[in-house]
Amino acid sequence: MRIADKFTELKEKNEKALIAYVCAGDPSAEATKEIVHALVKGGADIVELGLPFSDPVADGPTIQAASTRALEAGMNPDVYFEMAASIKENVPLVCMTYYNLIYKRGNEKFARDCADAGITGIIVPDLPAEEAEELHVACKKNSVDLIFLITPVTTGKRMEKNLEKTSGFVYIVSRLGVTGERVDVAESTKNILARIDTEVPKAVGFGISNGQQALEVIKAGADAVIVGSAFVSIIASGEDVNRRVEKLASELKISCR
Amino acid sequence: MKKSMYGKFGGQFVPEVLMPALTELEEAYGRYKDDPEFLKELDYYMKEFAGRETPLYFARNLSKKYGIKIYLKREDLVHGGAHKLNNTLGQALLAKYMGKKRLIAETGAGQHGTATAMAAANMGFESEVYMGAKDVMRQHMNVYRMELMGSKVNAVESGSKTLKDAINEALRDWVTNVEHTHYLIGSVVGPHPYPMIVRDFQSVIGKEVKEQIMEKEGRYPDSIVACAGGGSNAMGIFYPFIEDNEVKLFPVEAGGKELKTTEKEALHSASLCVGEEGILQGAHTLILQDKYGQILESSSVSAGLDYSGVGPELAYLADIGRIKPCCVNDDEALEAFYELSRLEGIIPALESSHAVAYVMKMAKTGELGDLVVINLSGRGDKDLETVFKLKKEEAKEACQ
Repeated sequence: MRIADKFTELKEKNEKALIAYVCAGDPSAEATKEIVHALVKGGADIVELGLPFSDPVADGPTIQAASTRALEAGMNPDVYFEMAASIKENVPLVCMTYYNLIYKRGNEKFARDCADAGITGIIVPDLPAEEAEELHVACKKNSVDLIFLITPVTTGKRMEKNLEKTSGFVYIVSRLGVTGERVDVAESTKNILARIDTEVPKAVGFGISNGQQALEVIKAGADAVIVGSAFVSIIASGEDVNRRVEKLASELKISCR
Repeated sequence: MKKSMYGKFGGQFVPEVLMPALTELEEAYGRYKDDPEFLKELDYYMKEFAGRETPLYFARNLSKKYGIKIYLKREDLVHGGAHKLNNTLGQALLAKYMGKKRLIAETGAGQHGTATAMAAANMGFESEVYMGAKDVMRQHMNVYRMELMGSKVNAVESGSKTLKDAINEALRDWVTNVEHTHYLIGSVVGPHPYPMIVRDFQSVIGKEVKEQIMEKEGRYPDSIVACAGGGSNAMGIFYPFIEDNEVKLFPVEAGGKELKTTEKEALHSASLCVGEEGILQGAHTLILQDKYGQILESSSVSAGLDYSGVGPELAYLADIGRIKPCCVNDDEALEAFYELSRLEGIIPALESSHAVAYVMKMAKTGELGDLVVINLSGRGDKDLETVFKLKKEEAKEACQ
C-alpha cells in the first residue's frame, strides 16, 4: 500500500496517523511478523521496519541494542526482504536503514527489492538530499517514496530542497539528538512545525513515547506521530510483548483520532 | 566533481541535523585559513606550544644496517608525543574563532584525545573524549593524561569497543550538542570538510620535510613511508609531495595477524589494501565490510591503526595510482619497534613501527630507492605495557 493512499484514507476519517517503528529481526524474523500484526491491530497506520546496521550513528542506546540483537540473531537484507514480503497487513511498510547497506546492494536493486517485498517507502538517516540523487532516481522508477528529514537546525535553502524532494511524508525531527524516549516534546515541535510550509504530510518523531506526548504533537499541527524506542523497549523486555505492544499502539492511536 | 569529493570518494553522508554544522565549518575554514591573524596565532602555538619545527633526523645506524639512507621525521617530539597536536591546535583555534565553547573528540590509542585535551586546556575549552572501552584498557596511561588536563573521558561499550565505535558515539554527542560544540576529528576521515581540514593542518609535516631534505641532501627523497590507520600522518607528509611524481609514497597499513576475514571481523586493518568501496562515518571510501555492507571489526596490535575505514583522499590517491598501499603484520611491526629502540635509541609508537618495519622489509629490494623518509609519527612510551604483555605471553608459550 502506498503511503499517500493511507493518508487520504485517514483524512476521510478525520484521523491522524500513527507510525510505529520496530527493528526487524529483534528478537527474530518470526517474532517481528507477530509484533507487526499486534501493532496494526492496536492501531498503527504505517509500520517502519528497521533494517539493522552495525554502526547506527543516528540512533540512541535503545535502538542500537535492538540492532545488535537482530544482527546476532541473523537478520540481513535477504532475510529482511523475504520477511517483509510475507507480511500481509493492510498498511504501508517503510524501510528505515543506513546508506551503506543500500549502496552495497546497489541503489536500483535495493529499491526494486523494496517494491517487490511490498515496502513503499525508504528512510535513510545518514543520507542527506545532496548525496541521494541515485537512490532518488531508483525509488521513483520503482514507485517507492524516499522520505527526507527536517530538523530544528534545517533552514532556508536546505528546508526548501528537502521538502521538494521528500515524498510520502516528511520526517520531522522535533529536537536535536539521537532516537530515544524524552520527557518534553511539545515546545520544540510547535517551533519547528510553525516553520514548515508543505502539502506533504508532516510526521514528527524522536522522543515520543506515550499518548499524552502524541496528543501534544498532534495538537501542535502534526499529521502523524512516529514512535520507535518505546516499542523497542517493550520488545527488549521480552515480557508479554505482543499484548503490550498492541496496548501502547492503541493508547497512541487514541491521541490521533 | 563536487567540491566535497576526491574523485568518486568523500562526500557528506551524515544525519540531516549535522549538515548545517558542516556548512558552517567549511565557511569558517574558508574564511580563516588564509587570514593573517589566524595564521599568526596558529604559528605561535605550533612553535611555542607544540615545539615545531621537528627535526629530520638521519638514522645513521639503521641506514648502515639496511644499506640505504633513512631519515626519520621526528613527529614523536611534538608536545604530547605524536603528530596529533598539529591538527588539534589548528581545529581548536578555528573553533575559538567560530565562537564554540566545547570540544569533543574520538580517540583510538589516546594520542588524539590527549592532543585535544592539551589544546582544550590551553585555549580554555570544555572538552570530552570518546574512547573505545577496549582502548581504554590497553592505553590507560593516556586516559590519565587526558583527565589530568581536564577532559572527561567516556569509555564506549558499543560494537567492537574501539576507534570506530568511539567515532559513532562522538557523532551522537555532536548531533545532540551541535549548536555550541565543535567535533574535533583526529584523522583525515569523516564527512567533508574534515578530510581537507585535517590534511591541511597536518601538511606542516611534509612542508618541513621538503625544506629539510633539500638542505641536507640537496634533493627530494626517492620514497616517503608513513603508517596509515585513518591516515592523518600519511596525508600530512604526503600532501606537499603529491605533485612531485618522482617521490614514491607508501602508506603502510596494519596487517594484523593476517590478511584474512572471518564472518564478523577482519584480522587486520588494511582498508586500502583489501577493503571495498562503501560508506562509513560520513564518507564514501574503502572500508572493511561483509557482503551485505555491515562493517567488520578491524584488528591490530596498534590501537591507533585499528580502524575499519581510511581517509577518502587516500582511497582516491590509491585509486589513481599516486600512492602505493602496503601493509606489515603485527610481528613485523613489533620487530621494528625493538630494532629502532636498540639501533637508534628512539622508541617508536607501535603505529609508526609499521612504517619502520616496511622500510626494513623492503630496503634490500630496491623498491624504495636510496633515500627514504619515514614519518615517525609518535613515540612508543604509551605502548610499553602492550609490548611487555606480548613478550610475557610469548615467553609463556615458549615454556609450554
